[in-house]
Amino acid sequence: MDSVSESQRTLYPYVTGSSVVAIKYKDGILMAADMGGSYGSTLRYKSVERLKPIGKHSLLGASGEISDFQEIMRYLDELILYDNMWDDGNSLGPKEVHNYLTRVMYNRRNKFNPLWNSLVLGGVKKGQKYLGTVNMIGINFEDNHVATGLGNHLARPILRDEWNENLTFEEGVRLLEKCMRVLLYRDRSAVNKIQ
Amino acid sequence: MTKQHANWSPYDNNGGSCVAIAGADYCVIAADTRMSTGYNILTRDYSKISQLAEKCVMASSGFQADVKALQKVLSAKHLTYQHQHNKEMSCPAMAQLLSNTLYYKRFFPYYAFNVLGGLDSEGKGCVFTYDAVGSYERVGYSSQGSGSTLIMPFLDNQLKSPSPLLLPAKDAVTPLSETEAVDLVKTVFASATERDIYTGDNLEIVILNASGIRREYMDLRKD
Repeated sequence: MDSVSESQRTLYPYVTGSSVVAIKYKDGILMAADMGGSYGSTLRYKSVERLKPIGKHSLLGASGEISDFQEIMRYLDELILYDNMWDDGNSLGPKEVHNYLTRVMYNRRNKFNPLWNSLVLGGVKKGQKYLGTVNMIGINFEDNHVATGLGNHLARPILRDEWNENLTFEEGVRLLEKCMRVLLYRDRSAVNKIQ
Repeated sequence: MTKQHANWSPYDNNGGSCVAIAGADYCVIAADTRMSTGYNILTRDYSKISQLAEKCVMASSGFQADVKALQKVLSAKHLTYQHQHNKEMSCPAMAQLLSNTLYYKRFFPYYAFNVLGGLDSEGKGCVFTYDAVGSYERVGYSSQGSGSTLIMPFLDNQLKSPSPLLLPAKDAVTPLSETEAVDLVKTVFASATERDIYTGDNLEIVILNASGIRREYMDLRKD
């Protein structure tokens, strides 16, 4: 199991992002995250982009260790690059990217060197909406609304109550704003700038 | 310098219960669809049942990422078997494969508690029950998971399987009919949901018999 020496294993996260909240709405996916990067209890970075597009169909949101998120972005950039290089008219959809990320996270956990993140992966391909999540030990699932970290405790109850299949874009945005507001009130590592 | 201990655990228990009952020519496999962590519910509609072969279905509870990985490994091995032997694996063969796969990771186990159900090569129902490291036994009925302590005694009472130590060897399958067995499963889960916090939301039932595979769903209490 010791493929990485003791001093190089992730023991605890340093710069962290707080929650990500995401929902499916009538035409696709809506995702929100604030732009703070905390260094312990200090708010060190206030313009961290924690939501990134992946390929043509997906959005990835991450909470947890920011440097591990950047590493994941490097893996995904390589994945998308290879996919484009095939030049076959097919492109990786959100389900495929989610599966890839799940395998990556699970394998790192098996080597006891996890990527300290909880990821949300959403997207639309050929009209099919997909929203899933993976966390640092490999637990993954898909649902109509997902949240990471404190969002699970604070935002998901609101979503369970008020989510329905046919939210319009404006209703969806208002719902997410409501969740982010609650998180701002109650999560000490949230900031008031959101993406 | 002393070795630093990890402040995170590679395991988590995502809860849930699974049940399987074998009949003379059918097999019923059921599991709830709740996935939880600690005192939170992650999602209310996650399937713990996976069909490994045409006559072989597995239900697993425990740590979801390990369960997923186990299902993938078994599907892949089954595909290889099909390519090499030009036929599907029988349920008893799959049972042995699952046991070996689990024991392979004896020193970093798959935290998965499985019941395997299906029809053996004679068409009779068979149920195999496992622990996390692969010890298994063919039985007439079994339950695993967080609700198993509540479910198993009830099944023992209703299905009274003969002891495997008896000679001459008595049939382990239950004399109940298929509809009676499905009703029993529904009752059993309704009761387990009352007292086990990790069991609930929805019940997924898979019935395997000579005419194929059938699925049923039932609502369970969501609290």
